[in-house]
Amino acid sequence: MTVTERQQLSYIAAQAADARVNLEIETEGMTLNIGPQHPATHGTLRIVAKLDGEQVVSAEPVMGYMHRGYEKLAEVRTYPQVTTLINRIDWLGSFANEVPFILAAEQLMEVEAPPRAQWIRTILFELSRIANITLFLGDMAVQVGAITPVFFAFRDREHVLNQIEAVTGGRFHPNFDRIGGLKDDLPAGWIDETRQALRKIRSFCDQIEELVEGNEIFQARTRGIGVIPAEVGLSYGLTGANIRASGVDWDLRRDNPCGLVYDQVDWKVWTHPDGDSFARFWVRLQETREATKIVDQLLDGIPAGPIMAKVPVIIKVPPGEACVETENPLGMMGYYVVSKGDLFPFRVKIRSASFSNVSITPWLLKGVYVPDIITILGSLYFILGDIDR
Amino acid sequence: MIGVLSELSYWQVTSIRVAAGLGAVLLVAGTLVYVHLFKMVSFMQSRLGPMEAGPYGSLQLMAEIGKFLQKEDIVPRRADRFVFKAAPFVVLASTFLLLVVLPGGPDAWFISNDLGIYLAMAVGSISVIGILMAGWGSASKYSLLGGLRATGQLIAYELPLLLAVVGVVIQAQSMNLQEIVLVQANGEIFGWGGVGNPFIVTQFVGFLIFMVAMQAELTQTPFDMPVAESELVTGYMTEYSGLRFLLFFIGEFATAGVFSAIAAVLFLGGWYVPGLDPTDNLFNVIGPLVLIGKVVLLSFLIFWIRFTFPRFREDQLQRLAWKFLVPLALGNIVVTAVFKVAF
Repeated sequence: MTVTERQQLSYIAAQAADARVNLEIETEGMTLNIGPQHPATHGTLRIVAKLDGEQVVSAEPVMGYMHRGYEKLAEVRTYPQVTTLINRIDWLGSFANEVPFILAAEQLMEVEAPPRAQWIRTILFELSRIANITLFLGDMAVQVGAITPVFFAFRDREHVLNQIEAVTGGRFHPNFDRIGGLKDDLPAGWIDETRQALRKIRSFCDQIEELVEGNEIFQARTRGIGVIPAEVGLSYGLTGANIRASGVDWDLRRDNPCGLVYDQVDWKVWTHPDGDSFARFWVRLQETREATKIVDQLLDGIPAGPIMAKVPVIIKVPPGEACVETENPLGMMGYYVVSKGDLFPFRVKIRSASFSNVSITPWLLKGVYVPDIITILGSLYFILGDIDR
Repeated sequence: MIGVLSELSYWQVTSIRVAAGLGAVLLVAGTLVYVHLFKMVSFMQSRLGPMEAGPYGSLQLMAEIGKFLQKEDIVPRRADRFVFKAAPFVVLASTFLLLVVLPGGPDAWFISNDLGIYLAMAVGSISVIGILMAGWGSASKYSLLGGLRATGQLIAYELPLLLAVVGVVIQAQSMNLQEIVLVQANGEIFGWGGVGNPFIVTQFVGFLIFMVAMQAELTQTPFDMPVAESELVTGYMTEYSGLRFLLFFIGEFATAGVFSAIAAVLFLGGWYVPGLDPTDNLFNVIGPLVLIGKVVLLSFLIFWIRFTFPRFREDQLQRLAWKFLVPLALGNIVVTAVFKVAF
């Protein structure tokens, strides 16, 4: 008997043994389609989960239900028009989407925004971060079953959106950033109103801390659930709060501010050693607080001067390539812009955070229970527009 | 009421009882929906709730009912049609049967049964069958998961619910709910009979266990995995629409009302208010209102908790029931029995 025959026989024997076990305990797997229309996937993410009882055997995210082809569309838009498109990538923190693209275009054109524009850019960038993560803080509570905090989140996010609207004219899609500066200056009295809004956000954070973070059931539901070790997270390309919650001290705002004025203020990068769902929630809560502090300090020292550098009316970007990455609310967002000296970019590659953040789900969801799927998806915090573009 | 009813013929008595039963279930359910679901929760969540239909939106429920009645009654193609269609009625039937033993005054009740609370606990479990029917009959995976979760949960929490009642039964020396009310009304706290002896004082542990187990029986947050709208869409109700969904919806609130009423009878003195003679004929009129007042109070607790807390996971819920509530309830029974014998 050759080795392969013996292997075959032992394989057949093992299969027979499996069949016997299956006869004794009649168990049958079940495939559960979570999404694309499901309340927990906020958008159209679909997760195909193979279940054994309530336990997940394997889970596969299926994306693409919301693909809008922005990378291709950007090739037939002039540079100022592209911002209108990319506003819609992460629709909760839209202004933050515009900034890296504009910075990349500025690098190619070798212009620099005046200091005042840089400061206001940074302020709006952080405000959109607050508007984005505030909603997460309420939404995470909904995912584990408490429905009240999300109403508080919507209520207090409104204060920040009002401030963004007062400057840019748009609540969700500001389309305000320009190559070489900003469209407009700040309206009168805006600084004081913003300070009030920030105070409200800080008290909202305290409220969430008491109502959600301190709740025993919330902790029981999130602690130790969906643990991402640092090296696994890095290998899947997680960024933002997701990787900081695994104890990796990595923040592009500090490490590579490129054109934003984070080096002018005193702030801290929060990390958490645990890497579980609770850690991701905790880090985002601290980041919201930290963002209010950053904005507070920036409001103190906005320099005077113009908000627009000297830029030709018809923007033609000289040939070359530029890649700019910033720390967006959801994680690292990067634009790789290739120009052939035309009115339009030759190619725009968008690296958005949620795509990588969601790619870890098959690894993460193996062996968890059905309720934990939702906890983990909620704590990873993706936005569908950011996955599919 | 018994005296009045004895002069009427059978069909008249029956129609009065049916009307009173429908009124007791639907009015209480409507009150709870409006006061708690529409208004209290809205104020907690910094919004106003319905404001357009009727003064302060008080007729909103009528509008909702009108909406549900107009909707198409959809039965999924692969559903078990009979089981699917019967399920909401089974759930609602359990609510109506629970009502039978509840006393609303010295003479205002449906039946006087010496096994009252026993009967109530028994018919209260019928809703499990209805929920399992809905989960199985829908031919939907979400419904099936919800139905199975509900069954496991309701069976686990029947036990502490029942054991919490045993303490009261030992103290009142009766299973008749009317007797339990009278014992509380005529009781004394250390020789002072000013407010009677509501069992919430002596059976405080039992009251807490009863409220927790009741929350789980009603599948309200933090024990709402069977409906878990962020995971299972709406669990066993996912495939229902129109009238049948409305029946589930009414059943949910009516059961909350009836269970609160049982809790009020067991622990808060039922229809009795301190300072009046419990045999007074006046109680036949104000007794039901007093009971409804206590129901609103207790269900306020239920809905307050429902809209504040996150939900447990299935295994955590089972652990809470079997490892904490059941031993605690057994301990409560032992302590109550010892005190009953000693004093």
